[in-house]
Amino acid sequence: MAAPIQGSGAAAEVDLEGLERSLRRPRTLFSYLMSLFTGVATIGALFPLFSVLYLLVVRGTAALNQGTLRELPPAAMTTGGGFGNAIVGTFVIVAIATALSVPLGILAAIYITEFGPDTRTASAVRFAAKVLTGLPSILAGVFAFAVIVVVTGEFSAPAGGVALALLMLPTVLLTAEEAIKRVPSRMREAAIGMGATPTQVVTKVIVPTAAPAMLTGVMLAVARAAGETAPLLFTALFSNFWMSRTAPDFLPKTLGDLMKPTASLAVMIYNFSGSPFENQIALAWTAALVLVAIVLIFNVVGQALAGRSAD
Amino acid sequence: MTPRELGAARSIFHLGGHSGDEEVVPARAEISQPPSAIEIAADRIFRRCTLAVAWFTIILVFCVIISIGRQAMPSIRSYGLGFLSGTTWDSNRARFGILPAIVGTLYSSILGLAIGTVFGLAIAIFLSEGFLSSGLDTVLGFLRLSQYSWLNSLPGRTENLLKITIELLAAIPSVVYGLWGIFVVIPFVRPPANWLHAHLGWIPIFGTGLSGPGLLPASIVLAIMVLPTISAISRDALVAVPPKLREAAFGMGATRWEAILAIFVPTAATGIFGAIILGFGRALGETMALAMLAGNANVISWSLFSPANTLAALLANHFPEADQIEVGALMYVALVLLAITLVVNIVGTLILQRADAGLKGLR
Repeated sequence: MAAPIQGSGAAAEVDLEGLERSLRRPRTLFSYLMSLFTGVATIGALFPLFSVLYLLVVRGTAALNQGTLRELPPAAMTTGGGFGNAIVGTFVIVAIATALSVPLGILAAIYITEFGPDTRTASAVRFAAKVLTGLPSILAGVFAFAVIVVVTGEFSAPAGGVALALLMLPTVLLTAEEAIKRVPSRMREAAIGMGATPTQVVTKVIVPTAAPAMLTGVMLAVARAAGETAPLLFTALFSNFWMSRTAPDFLPKTLGDLMKPTASLAVMIYNFSGSPFENQIALAWTAALVLVAIVLIFNVVGQALAGRSAD
Repeated sequence: MTPRELGAARSIFHLGGHSGDEEVVPARAEISQPPSAIEIAADRIFRRCTLAVAWFTIILVFCVIISIGRQAMPSIRSYGLGFLSGTTWDSNRARFGILPAIVGTLYSSILGLAIGTVFGLAIAIFLSEGFLSSGLDTVLGFLRLSQYSWLNSLPGRTENLLKITIELLAAIPSVVYGLWGIFVVIPFVRPPANWLHAHLGWIPIFGTGLSGPGLLPASIVLAIMVLPTISAISRDALVAVPPKLREAAFGMGATRWEAILAIFVPTAATGIFGAIILGFGRALGETMALAMLAGNANVISWSLFSPANTLAALLANHFPEADQIEVGALMYVALVLLAITLVVNIVGTLILQRADAGLKGLR
């Protein structure tokens, strides 16, 4: 193959050997080694995830039983105990945050996609949401402290809820925006053509169609909020007791007075992680297992909804 | 119309589920009516409502800045700019300075970001250039299995699974990473760190031993936490590189990595840079991992193994038990952290917007 080209003058300058793919050439070898490096780096980056999950299962299940899910946190030097109040507290605080952030996020998303898509307000809202996405979670706690705790004079579940809502709002808003944008415009046009008012178009066509994708955003936001610790450290604080029972008797015991320091799984893990006592450390791992399970369930459900709505 | 669209149309106009005549006829009468006064009023109220909420979102950002700023005002007046250059934090004598925390924040973030960027970029390239699927394709072809259709979808599925797994890294709460760091990373890093200190202690970055919590374990955990941000955004930037550039590079005989380093990465550079800046923003504000792993010590040291402090960790460690005076000083700390992260995040967002606009000419 190479012989006739070598015989013919100008073409001989083409180095056909150089075009051959061989690992002995530096450029091929370099390419091969870099591919190997990225592969190893990718697998290496997965190592922490599996290490975390492995340890959660091994160390977390050691103390996991019905008692740990129902009882109160143990004092130092004692055995047994659990974190029932922290599970309830986490759900209460996240529920408050969801109730605050979801309506606001979805209404703002409706405005910036349907009612004023190209206005300055819309681009300012988008920018504000992106700025809030980057807000360090601890500053959300400082904000809730300044606005709620200083005013009411009490660490409380609603203060923690406001802090988490501030962190959930941008996620809910931006995913709801994407969800609404993906509604086919012919549906919108058909509804307008049939005489629906803009509000009817939104409430009866756009929102029902975009609902699964919006729910994905809410699920992801809830998953993130449930794991947040920093904003709760000085808003909900922590409590070693069930929520107090000063509220009317018809409310369940666990949903008593909200305006008191409230326990949460995340803060409990933080408090117990530095403990010198074996029992508290074991409970921290068990609480971490429960927390990660809750977070992953919300994530997986959210992703599954996203997969379904993409069809 | 798809069934879903038809369902939506039915729900507006109360059409019956089947074309049964009794149900459709009254509905037709409704269609012919213009919107009633109530409907028009409801429409106006709803639209105003959404506008108000949109404005509320914008105002909320200013609210955060103003409320933190107002709480910080008294201590700004009493400590002034000396607060930023002071090196002691003593609540008993009301002497506050945050230079060690500022240095520690920047040092740990840059270190974590450097590790996170190497791995994050490698993953972004690995996922965007289809290494996994082409590798699996080769294996399948070699084993002559590509005739089975369920095996043909395997490479794509594996790649998708890998992508979701990387995203799961971001789903683990930071406090759990902190717990993992205390019981896994610190014991793992300590022997090599102390060996380096014993043998190469004259180099400033190995200047101290690692006794427990320290800068390096904190930065490693920080790297794991910023890695998903960097890999996801960089991957988007790499996927957005126009196919014709890709084909032209390979057509000229570039090896895979010559094409990646000379064409794809430079084209996606703005996007990748934006990703790194946003990752930096996350690292600066990350609290729990640092509060649990950095050691909460007000020291300025070049050593990777020295305990350190960061602005966010300072807030987390001191706020819950602070008295009135210390809370004022901590509000000042929060304001400094807010200013730094706001600037970094706004710069990152603007860079990403520019990256989007820059690629338009190439399509």
